[in-house]
Amino acid sequence: MALLVDKLRPRSLDALTYHPELSDRLRSLAQSGDFPHLLVYGPSGAGKKTRIIATLKELYGPGVEKIKIDARVFQTTSNRKLEFNIVSSVYHMEITPADVGHYDRVVIQELLKEVAQTQQVDLSAKQRFKIVVINEADHLTRDAQAALRRTMEKYSPNLRLILLANSTSNIIAPIRSRTLLVRVAAPTENDICSALRIAAKREGWTEAEGLNKRIAKESGRNLRRALLMFESIYAQNEKITDASPIPPPDWEALIQVTADEILKDRSPASLLQVRTRLYDLLTHCIPPTTVLKTLTFKLVARVDDALKPEVIKWSAFYEHRIKLGSKVIFHLEAFVAKFMRIYETFVT
Amino acid sequence: MASTFFNNKARAAAVSSSSKAKAETKEDSTRQQPWVEKYRPKTLDDVAAQDHTTKVLQRTLQASNLPHMLFYGPPGTGKTSTILALAKSLFGPALYRSRILELNASDERGIGIVRDKVKNFARAQLSQPTGLDAAYLAQHPCPPFKIIILDEADSMTQDAQSALRRTMETYSRITRFCLVCNYVTRIIEPLASRCSKFRFKSLDNSAAGVRLDNIARTENLKLEDGVVETLIRCGEGDLRRAITYLQSAARLAGAAKAGAKDADEDAEMTDAGSDQGIITVRSIEEIAGVIPESVLDSLVQAMQPKSGASAFDAVSTVVTDLVADGWSATQLVGQLYRRVVFTETIPDIQKNKIVLAFSEMDKRLVDGADEHLSILDLTLRIANILRG
Repeated sequence: MALLVDKLRPRSLDALTYHPELSDRLRSLAQSGDFPHLLVYGPSGAGKKTRIIATLKELYGPGVEKIKIDARVFQTTSNRKLEFNIVSSVYHMEITPADVGHYDRVVIQELLKEVAQTQQVDLSAKQRFKIVVINEADHLTRDAQAALRRTMEKYSPNLRLILLANSTSNIIAPIRSRTLLVRVAAPTENDICSALRIAAKREGWTEAEGLNKRIAKESGRNLRRALLMFESIYAQNEKITDASPIPPPDWEALIQVTADEILKDRSPASLLQVRTRLYDLLTHCIPPTTVLKTLTFKLVARVDDALKPEVIKWSAFYEHRIKLGSKVIFHLEAFVAKFMRIYETFVT
Repeated sequence: MASTFFNNKARAAAVSSSSKAKAETKEDSTRQQPWVEKYRPKTLDDVAAQDHTTKVLQRTLQASNLPHMLFYGPPGTGKTSTILALAKSLFGPALYRSRILELNASDERGIGIVRDKVKNFARAQLSQPTGLDAAYLAQHPCPPFKIIILDEADSMTQDAQSALRRTMETYSRITRFCLVCNYVTRIIEPLASRCSKFRFKSLDNSAAGVRLDNIARTENLKLEDGVVETLIRCGEGDLRRAITYLQSAARLAGAAKAGAKDADEDAEMTDAGSDQGIITVRSIEEIAGVIPESVLDSLVQAMQPKSGASAFDAVSTVVTDLVADGWSATQLVGQLYRRVVFTETIPDIQKNKIVLAFSEMDKRLVDGADEHLSILDLTLRIANILRG
């Protein structure tokens, strides 16, 4: 059985529930025949991907839904072999070049050139060009982006790119100026409520307006997260009322516990204990930035107003260090130690 | 030939008349072209707002000789356009291919290429113009040298640049180099001293405005009041960026118009499209990713010191919304900077500290730090400084 998020994912532009003006724009772009390169950005869970899939369907018809997964092998200049997965249909191709780290330039150059140099085989296809969707475009290296730049100009008759990114900060200016920027804002809490209501109706579940509101608030305007929470509540409880508790995900619960410990006892012994917890989180593949951010916001909520700016300052400082450094745990621990120190001086 | 060579006006007239005739047949192929290419200046006179440079170039033209050249200046000010226009008017379509070698950063340009491709081209003897009639020569002087254009020369490696040194001198009889770059400091001194330098200054608003107006008229666009000003502001002196924005906006507006017509076709045809298809200020800002003033206002408001309460809650709410709406952090930092630094009411000593915070934040964002935390930190620091 598929998860709600996948089962209820809108398949066409008409089925999208929020940002109607954006959907209209995408639809008219798809119909105009002169489809530009797109750079779609917005926070996660805002529906970037869903919108793009729907737009592709608008462009090419239902054929884009027949997808297959290929594993391709690329060879770098230093003769290293790279395995790379490609999701493709007859009309489009979806890649995540950030998977291969520093070698993404090789993949981009070879793959895109190959796609761009072959014309659309299917003569009955609606569009002459193929589309390549690039996920996590903001994680591309500078080199890879520079390689994209040339490709975009040179092969534009046969190829259109859709770049998906969380933020435009890391995209180099030449690419930004060659693409049409499309911002997908996160749904508002009301949008989430209505999406949940529709989901409940489709599944035949009882509705609880108050619960929906709480989920929307708790999810931080992330629709995917809201739907997952929604489903887990219905899976765990027999009877749904407005007061049903929202179980936090395991990792979040663990961070909450960690935060409690930090606040309760500021000592080297407690630091050691926190360390094992942090390791636990990291070995379960929770991204360090998420750990630090969640921990920070849990801590900030519990300290005095005067301390808050200070805590945020150090949190941002160590988050930056995480990005620059190589060993994550040092910086996480350093943040915890720093926080204990600040808190201790304040309390005593 | 010499007499027509000096007669720039006659040549320009001849060029424009011939290009006009060609323009109509090319109509179809140019439809899909980016406007940046479509409206690239065809002659030196067309180049916007670089009077000083174009004047000097025209004078060197009349001396029927050309030095090695180094063009530098911020992006989108017409460096590449100038050299291309110059090359076109020098050689015309028949000789352009054999006399010009254009290499830009996306081509492989390591030391190997310089040794191989550039040197071979520089070394090759001139092909004699055959079968050209007098009219062609009247338009294009065809001087006896080739031009190698190295676009974005500042991204060439040091080694590749030093490999150029001797090449430039050895073949200077038959080859001229033109280096185009953004940062003149990245060009090694020996190369820079071999070239005559031309600085391209940032476009002033009126020249850019005239050019944008022209394009809008040729493309039959309906512009709302203030769109041109917005384009110039968002382009930040970069005409190419402004033109790209304009084209994207036109595509959207045009697309919206087409979509509206389809939908309304069977319903009512009375006033469909009357207010569609107009490019609004807001649409330009949306394309450029500019954060609306109202959002900034609320952020600045939240940062103001309040009696008693800490600014934390207010600021954090606004910032959380801002991040959820997907606004780019770099854009925010830029706009907030302009807002804060040009506010008269903030004393200089505070501005000093604020600017420090901005500098650090920019570095962090470039390093790829988390946007939410960074923005929150920045705004809280500013709020703290404003408190005094």
